[in-house]
Amino acid sequence: MADLLAPPRSLASRVLGAVLVILLLGGVLVTGSIWWNGQQAARQSYDRILLGAARDIAEAIRVQDGAPFVDLPVSAFQLLAQAPDDRIYYAVHGPGGKLVTGLDARAPVAVPEAGEPGVSYFEASLHGEPARFVRLTRRFVERDFSGPVEVTVGQTLRARKAMTTELMLDALLPMALAGLVLMGIAALVLRRALRPLEALSEDLAERDPHDLTPMPVAGLPSELQVMVGSMNRFMGRLEGQFAAMRNLIADSAHQLRTPVAAIRVQAETARAEGDGAARMRALDRLLTRTRSLGRLLDQLLSHALVVHRTDSLPRVAVDLREVALEIFEEDDHATLSPGAGLRLEIGEDPVMVMADAFSLGEAARNMLANALAHGQAPVTMGVAGRGARAQLWVEDAGPGPAPEVVAKLGARFNRSSGSGERSTGIGFSIVTAVAEAFGGRVDLGQTDRGFRATLDLPAAPTEEAS
Amino acid sequence: MIARLSALALTFLSVLPAPLAAQEATARYGSGDTPFLLRSTTDIAILEPVIARFAERNPELTVTYEQWGSNALFDRSRDDCRGGGAVADAVFSSAVQQMVWLVNAACATAYRSPATEALPETRRWRDELWGVTMEPAVIVYNTRLLAGDEVPRSRFALLDALRAEPDRYRGRIATYDIAESGLGFLFAYADSLEATTFGSMLEAFARVGAVATCCSAEIIGGVAEGRYLIAYNVLGSYVATAAGDEVGTILPEDYTLVLSRGYMIPKGADRAEASGRLLEFLLTPEAQAMLATAGLVADMAAPETGLAPSARRSIPLTPALLVALDRNRRAQLLTRWSDAFRRAQVP
Repeated sequence: MADLLAPPRSLASRVLGAVLVILLLGGVLVTGSIWWNGQQAARQSYDRILLGAARDIAEAIRVQDGAPFVDLPVSAFQLLAQAPDDRIYYAVHGPGGKLVTGLDARAPVAVPEAGEPGVSYFEASLHGEPARFVRLTRRFVERDFSGPVEVTVGQTLRARKAMTTELMLDALLPMALAGLVLMGIAALVLRRALRPLEALSEDLAERDPHDLTPMPVAGLPSELQVMVGSMNRFMGRLEGQFAAMRNLIADSAHQLRTPVAAIRVQAETARAEGDGAARMRALDRLLTRTRSLGRLLDQLLSHALVVHRTDSLPRVAVDLREVALEIFEEDDHATLSPGAGLRLEIGEDPVMVMADAFSLGEAARNMLANALAHGQAPVTMGVAGRGARAQLWVEDAGPGPAPEVVAKLGARFNRSSGSGERSTGIGFSIVTAVAEAFGGRVDLGQTDRGFRATLDLPAAPTEEAS
Repeated sequence: MIARLSALALTFLSVLPAPLAAQEATARYGSGDTPFLLRSTTDIAILEPVIARFAERNPELTVTYEQWGSNALFDRSRDDCRGGGAVADAVFSSAVQQMVWLVNAACATAYRSPATEALPETRRWRDELWGVTMEPAVIVYNTRLLAGDEVPRSRFALLDALRAEPDRYRGRIATYDIAESGLGFLFAYADSLEATTFGSMLEAFARVGAVATCCSAEIIGGVAEGRYLIAYNVLGSYVATAAGDEVGTILPEDYTLVLSRGYMIPKGADRAEASGRLLEFLLTPEAQAMLATAGLVADMAAPETGLAPSARRSIPLTPALLVALDRNRRAQLLTRWSDAFRRAQVP
C-alpha cells in the first residue's frame, strides 16, 4: 500500500504524464492548424500585393506609335517593397510573346501555359529561389494596335514565410504559456486530490501491525471510502475472530477447570472409600461428571465450529422447517429427557433464511436442550414466518428462569451455581452467536402458554418476491 | 524623331551587353599572397587612404583596385554573374540602381554582422547590398564669378536665375550626361520622381544650352576654371576633394538627394570572407572618419550645412530602384532628356 507513491511509476506521474500527452497532442494539432491558417493569411495578403502591383503596371501600359509602351509606375514597386527583402520579377509581353519591357530578358521564368484569361497565380523558381507570380492580361483595341498585353509580376517568398512564422509565434507563445499554466494547475489539482491517499498510506505505514481498529473515513473521497470501508470491515472480522478465539481459549480453560477438579475429587473419594456401596456411589457420580464433561467438550467444539463456520462459509438458503424437523426426528431429546412430550408446530410454507444449516441446527438443538433441561413439559418447537422475519422458537410450560438469570443469558457462558451439573450455559451462547452471525437476535419471554425462546432471523427474499 | 531614334540607340547600347569594357585605372596595395580584387566607380585617389589602411591591416592580401565607369562596371558584373569572366571579390558602385538590379538577379552573396544590422533600412537590402557612404548631390558654382545673392540656394532660385539672365548662363551650365553616367541617370531619375521641378529644369537647361558631359572631375575642373558658372547634381564628395577656393557648394534647400554608395559581394567571389572583412572595415568608425575626410560621408546633421532634415532625400536601397533600369522607362527619360538638349541646339 505504501508503494503507491513509490518512485518508479507513481499515480501522480501517470496522471501528469497522461495530461502532458493530451496537451502535447492538442498542441501539435493546434500548431498544424495555426501554421496552415498563417500560411493562408500570408498567401492572401501578399497575393493581393502582387495583384495590386500587376494592376498598377497594366494600368500604365499605353499604345505609342503602334506598339505597347509601359511607363513603369514606381508605386507598383513600392507596393512590392512591402516585402522588403524579396526579389522581384516583372515582365510585360505583347502579342506573340514579344517582350515589351521586363527585368532581364535573359532570365525568363517558366511561365505555365496561359489557361483562362484574366488573373492567374502560379509558382515557379526565380533565380533558383521559389517565388510566386501573378499574370494578368489587358486587351487593347486601338486604331494602330490591338491584342492582348500580358503582365507578369513575381516575388520570392521570404516575406510570406516571415509572416507565417510571425503569425504562428504570436499564436503559439500564448498557447505554450497557457499549456504550462494548465500543466501547473493539473499538478496542483492532482496533489490535492491525492493528498487523502497519501495521508492514508502514511497512516497505514505508521500503524502497529496488531492494531485492527478501523481507519478514519471522514473526509475521504467516495472511492477511497469504499476501499477503506471494506478494509475496515475486513479488519473488524479479523478482530472478531481473534476475540472469539481468545474467548474460546479462556472460556474453555475456565469451563474445564471445575469439572476436571470435580472428577479428580470424585476419583480420589472413590479410591478412599473402602466400602463397596459407597465406592459404587462415588463411581456413579464420577461417571456422571465424566459424561457431563464430554457434553461440555462437545458444546465447546460445536461453539467453536459455529463461530468458525458463520465467519468463513458462504451463506445458503435454508428452510427453518427442515432444521426443526431434523432436530425433532433425532432421538437425542428422548434420551436427554424421557417423557417430556415434545411437539412440533410448523406451517405449510417454507420459511427461508440465508444462513448455514449446521449452525442453525446447533442453535436449535441447544435451545431445545435448554427447554428440556430447565423447563416443564410439554415442550413445543415451532417455525413461523412473520413478514420479513423468520422465527424458530422453543416453548415450555414453565415460568422460565428468574429475571436476573434471563438478563445474564445474553452474556457468554453462564454457569450459575443454581443450575444442575448438566447445564453448561454454553448452549445459550451458541444460540446468541448464531443469531448475531446471521443478523438476527434471541428473544426470551413469557407467553400465555409458558416461557418461549425465539431465534429471530431476517427472512431470505423468496423467489416470488424477487 | 531623329533625336528619339538616337536616344533609343543609346538605350539599346546600354542594355545590350557591350563588348567587355575595360577598367579606367588600376592600383595595387599590399604584397600578400592572396589576391583581392575590388571593382569600384570611385576615383582611386579618393578611396586610396582607406584601401591602403585596409591592406595594411590585412597583410596577407594584395588588394587590386580597379576603377570603372558605372555602366561598364554594371555590364561586366552582369556578365560575370551569368558566367562570364573572373568575378571580382567586391564591387563598390555609386550607381546603386545597377547594384539593386544585380542583387535582384541573385548575383550577390549575403553577409550579416552586427555592423551591417546597425545600418538603417534604407541603406541595406537583403543583407546583400549595403550603403557605405552618405553623399549629397549638390549644385556647385564658381565663387569668383557668382557671389552673394547670385548664388542659387535652391532649384527654384536656379530656375529664376536662368530665366532672368539666359545669356549670362548660355553654355555655362554643366551636368552629367545621363546616357553615359549611371550616377547621372540615377540623379535624373530621382529628380524625375520629384516631378514638379524636373520638367521646368530640363526646359531651362535646354534653353540656355546646358552642357551634358561625362565626368565629375571634368565638370568640377570646368567650374573651377570658370568655363562653367554652375554645375547641377554633382556628387558632393568629388567637390570636397577636387576643388579649391574657386568652387562653392550648395545643398539645394528645396530638397537634396543623398546617395549611399553600394557595396556588394558578387556571387562566386573567391575571397568572400575577405570581402566581408573589407565591409566590416568600411563600417568601422576609423574608416568612416577617413571616408568623411575624403568627403564620402557628409555630416548631414551639421548645423553649417544649413539643410533642414525634411529636405533630405535619401535614395533608399529598395527594389523600387529597378524602375530606374526599366528599358521603357529609361528610354522615356533619355528621350525627354535628349529632346530637351537637342531641341536647344537647333537654332
